[in-house]
Amino acid sequence: MGSPVNRDDIARLATDFYSLLESFKQTPFYHLIFEIFLILTVLWLVCFRKPRPIAKKLTEKEKQELIDEWQPEPLVPPVDTNHPALNVRVLDGIVGKTIEIDGRKSLNFATFNFLNFVGNQRIADKAIQAVQKYGVGSCGPRGFYGTIDIHLELEERLARFFNFEEGIIYSYGFSTIASIIPAYSKRNDILFVDEGIHYAIQKGVEASRSTVKWFRHNDINDLERLLAEQDKHDKKNPKKASTIRRFLIIEGLYMNYGDICPLPRMVELKYKYKYRIFMDESVSFGTIGQTGRGVTEYHNVDRQKIDLISSTLEYSVGSIGGFAVGSSFVIDHQRLSAQGYCFSASLPPLLAAAAIEALNIMDEENSGLFETLMDKSKRLHKKLLDIKGYRVLGEDISPLKHLSLANSLNTIGRLEYIVEFAQTRGITITIARYLNDEHHLPEPSIRLILNVEMTDEELEFLCTVLQEALVKVTA
Amino acid sequence: MSPKTAINQKMNKSFSSNLKTKCAYENEPKYQDHEDFEETPTWAAVVTVLGYAILSALGWLRDFLRHIGFEEKKTAHDPNPKNFVPLYQSYECFYTRNLYTRIRDVFNQPIASVAGAKVHIMERISDDFNWTFKFSGKKIPSINLGSYNYLGFAENQGPCSEQAIKSIEKYGVSTCSTRHELGNQRYMQELETLMAEYLNAEDCIAFGMGFATNALNIPTLVGQGDLILSDRLNHISLILGARLSGATICPFNHNDMKDLESQLRKAIISGQPRTCRPWKKILIIVEGVYSMEGSLCKLPEIIELKKKYKAYLYMDEAHSIGAIGSRGRGVVDYWRVDPNDIDVHMGTFTKSFGSAGGYIAGKKALIDHIRIYSHSACYSTSMSAPVCYQIISALSIIMGRDGTNDGQQRIQQLACNVRYFRRQLVDMGFIVYGNDNSPVVPVMIFMPAKIAAVNREMLKRGCAVVTVGFPATLLTESRVRFCISAGHTKEMLDHALKAMDEVGHLVSLRYSKQKPHRRWIELDRADYDKEYLS
Repeated sequence: MGSPVNRDDIARLATDFYSLLESFKQTPFYHLIFEIFLILTVLWLVCFRKPRPIAKKLTEKEKQELIDEWQPEPLVPPVDTNHPALNVRVLDGIVGKTIEIDGRKSLNFATFNFLNFVGNQRIADKAIQAVQKYGVGSCGPRGFYGTIDIHLELEERLARFFNFEEGIIYSYGFSTIASIIPAYSKRNDILFVDEGIHYAIQKGVEASRSTVKWFRHNDINDLERLLAEQDKHDKKNPKKASTIRRFLIIEGLYMNYGDICPLPRMVELKYKYKYRIFMDESVSFGTIGQTGRGVTEYHNVDRQKIDLISSTLEYSVGSIGGFAVGSSFVIDHQRLSAQGYCFSASLPPLLAAAAIEALNIMDEENSGLFETLMDKSKRLHKKLLDIKGYRVLGEDISPLKHLSLANSLNTIGRLEYIVEFAQTRGITITIARYLNDEHHLPEPSIRLILNVEMTDEELEFLCTVLQEALVKVTA
Repeated sequence: MSPKTAINQKMNKSFSSNLKTKCAYENEPKYQDHEDFEETPTWAAVVTVLGYAILSALGWLRDFLRHIGFEEKKTAHDPNPKNFVPLYQSYECFYTRNLYTRIRDVFNQPIASVAGAKVHIMERISDDFNWTFKFSGKKIPSINLGSYNYLGFAENQGPCSEQAIKSIEKYGVSTCSTRHELGNQRYMQELETLMAEYLNAEDCIAFGMGFATNALNIPTLVGQGDLILSDRLNHISLILGARLSGATICPFNHNDMKDLESQLRKAIISGQPRTCRPWKKILIIVEGVYSMEGSLCKLPEIIELKKKYKAYLYMDEAHSIGAIGSRGRGVVDYWRVDPNDIDVHMGTFTKSFGSAGGYIAGKKALIDHIRIYSHSACYSTSMSAPVCYQIISALSIIMGRDGTNDGQQRIQQLACNVRYFRRQLVDMGFIVYGNDNSPVVPVMIFMPAKIAAVNREMLKRGCAVVTVGFPATLLTESRVRFCISAGHTKEMLDHALKAMDEVGHLVSLRYSKQKPHRRWIELDRADYDKEYLS
C-alpha cells in the first residue's frame, strides 16, 4: 500500500522541486541578491546580535523612594581637636624682631620679617597718614572707582625698582600668582613647573587647566630632558605646535627649600626651546642681590629676558598684597583677564602707603641692608653647619633656611619638641606647615628666617639653643 | 466664674500673647518684596546687536589698515623674538583693541580721596584716543554712586578710623606670618567672636580677601564625587572655588526654584554621571544680593528645598550683609529665617564695613574644619590690624554696642535712600532691574555707545557712576549700576536724579513700556518727600 503512494509523493516532490529550480532561473538577478541578503540579515539578528536591554523607566514611586533613601555625607568630616591648627599660639602685640608670648620676650626667627619693617615707625606714620586721607578700605574693584592714586604710585615705583615698563598690584599675596598664571596659560598650553614650588603657584597651575610637566626640583637636566621630549613631539606636528604656548614656572628663591634656581641656564634654554619665563620672587625680593633686586641681580642676568616677575608685599616689604612686573605687553593683559585683579576689591590704601615707604627705605643709597642680610645669612649658615646633627637646606646667602634632623630621626614630633624647647629658652621658631594635598610634600622641617637686625650674639644664642635642643631630642 | 468664661479668658490670653510676638516684627517697616526684570524691548535688542556689528566691522577694517601699515599699531610689542608662539591670539584682543579702548576712559577711573559719598575723580586726558592717558592735575568733585559703601563707613574721620590708627601704633601694619604659625593675634579672635554673634552663628573665621575666601575655601568643603548646584549669575570667585574643588558643577537658572528642584531630583535619582554612584553630598551655592541684577535670592524656598532633599546651602552675602534687613544682618534678617538653616554663611567686609576681607560662619565643627584645611589659613599672611579694627568698630556701631543709635540710623537711612531713589527712577520711565529693597540699582542702557555717553555726561554733571557692558553682562544688557549709600543725603540723591533725568533725555534711556515716561519736574515731589521723611 505504501510504495505506490510513496512513488507518487516523491514524483510530486520532485516536480515541485524542479519547478522551484526553474522559477529560480527565471527570477531577476537583483531579486535573488535581495532575498539572500534578507536571509543573511535574519541569521545575523538571530545568532550574533546581543539583546539590547530595554531602558527601564522609573515610576514616580521608585523615584520618591530613591530620594527618600539617599543619605548625604556630613558637610565636614569629624575634626581632631588636638590638631595643631586648632591650638595655635595667640599673640597680642607687634611681631617684630622680638615677640612677647605669655609675658616673656623671645627672639623671633619665625616670621617673614626679613628687613624688620614690622613696627618700623616711618612706615607706621605713612600708614596713619593714609588712613587720615583715604579711610581704611577702598570700597570697590579697580575698574569701579577702586583705583586710588596711591595704587598708581606704588605700581610705578615697583616697576621702576625693577627697571621694567609696568607693574600691577593685587590685594592678596596668595591670589597674585594664582590669578596670573591662568590669565596667560589656557587649556592647550604647556607649563614646565619645578616640583618644589609654593602651594599658591600650584593652585595657579591647577586653575589654568593647562598640560603640566613637572621636573625635579632645581634639576636643570630633568628640565632639558622634558624640553627635548616636547621638541621631538612638536616636530611631528609643527602646525599644532605653533599654537601651543609654553611657560616655565619657577621661583627665584624656593620657599620650601631655600635654594636658588639656576637662572642663567634657564634663560639660555628659553631661546633654544622658545618658552616664556614666569618667575615668582616672593622670598628673594628684598633679600637677595646687592640692592635687593632678587635673583636676576644675583646671577647677573638681564632682567628684561624674564617675561614676568611676580612677588609679594607680605614678606620683606612688611605690608599686605602682591604684585607683578614686566613689559607693558605682558602686564597690561592682566588688567582685563586676571580674576584676582578685576573681580576683587583693590588694596586698602594704607597698605599701599606702607609698601611705598618700605620701598623708599630699600632704595636709600647707603642703607646697606641687603649686603648685611646676605652677610649674616652666610655667617648663620656656617654656624648651623658647625652644629653637627642638623641638615641645613638652603643657600648660604639665603635668609630662609630649613633645618631638619638627619634621616630617620626627622619626625614632626621631634621637631615640635625642639620648637617648644627653644621657646622656653627665649627663641621663637616654627615648623613649616603644609597642607596634605601639596603636589610634592616636602619633608618635615623647621623654617628659620633671619631678620636683618639680629646681632651676632643673638645668632650665636640661637645656635647654642639649637645645639642643646638637639642633644635633648636625640638622647 | 463659669468654666466657659475661664476657658475663654485663657484663650484670649494666649491669643493676645501670640499677637505680642507677632507685633515684635509688626512694628518694623513692612517690606514690599517686589522684584522686576522688565523685558528688553525688541527694537532695543535689534539696535544693540546692530551697534555691535557696526563696531566689529569697523574694528576689522581698522585691523586691516594696521596690518597693511596704513595705520600705526598702538598696542605694545612682544620683546621676545618673532619665532616665539604669540602670547595672545589675535581674536582674544580684538575686543580690547577695537571696542574697549574706544571707551577706556570710563573704566578704571582713579580717585584721589576717600571713597565716601563724595569723591574726587582725577581727570585724565588722552591725545591719542585712549591709548595713553595723562593726568591734567585737576580733581573733579563728584557724588559717588559707584563705590560699595552701603552703610557709609568709608570715612577718614570718626571712631572707626581712630581705632584703626591706634591699632597701627600698637600692632604695626602686618604680621608677616600665617594663621597656622605666628599670625594668630587676639584681635582676630575678637573679630571672629563678634561676627559670629552678629550673624547668630556658632563660630566664624575671617580672611584677608573676599575673593580668596570663596576661591580657597570651597575646595575644603567639597571635592570629587560631590555636586555643586550654582546659580547661573554667581560671582566669579564662587565659580573659581567650585572649579578648583574638583566637584561636578550644575548651574540652575537664576532664582528659578522649579529648575533647582528638578536638578536636585535628577541628581539624586540618577547619581553621578557614568558610574551612577550616589552623590556624596550636594551643595547649593547662591548669593544674597546679586551685584549685577540687584535681585535677592528666594531664601525661604531654597531652605525648603534644601531640607526636603537633604542638600547643603552655601550663601554668599557679599553685597547683602549690613545692607539688607531691618537690623542689617543680611538676607537672613530680611526673610526672617533661622540662621541655623544655612550651613555656610559667607560674606565680605569690603562693602558695608568699609574695610577689606571676607568671613565664613556656621557651626563650630565646620569652622574648625576650615581652620585646619583652608589654603588661606595655612599659607597666607593673616589680616592686618587696622583692617580688623575698622571692622570691629563698624560692627560695634551697627550692633549698637558703642552706646549710640548710629548703626540703626545708618541702616534706616540706607533703606530710605534706596526706596526714594528707585521709585523715582522707575516713575521716570527707566527700566530698573532688581528687588525694590536692594541697594544695587541697575538701570538698563542696552546700546554700547550709550555706555560711554552716560558715564561721561553724568561725570560732567558731577555724578560718578559705574557703567558695565559685555562681557560682565550679556551682550544686549549693558547697564548703569548705582550703589546707594547711607552716606548720601537727600540733596545728593536729588542732584543725581536730576542728572539722570537730563542724561536720560539726552541719550534716550527711557525704555520702559510698563510705566509712562516722565521728566523729573513732572514727578509729584511732595509724595516722595513724605515717604522719605517717614
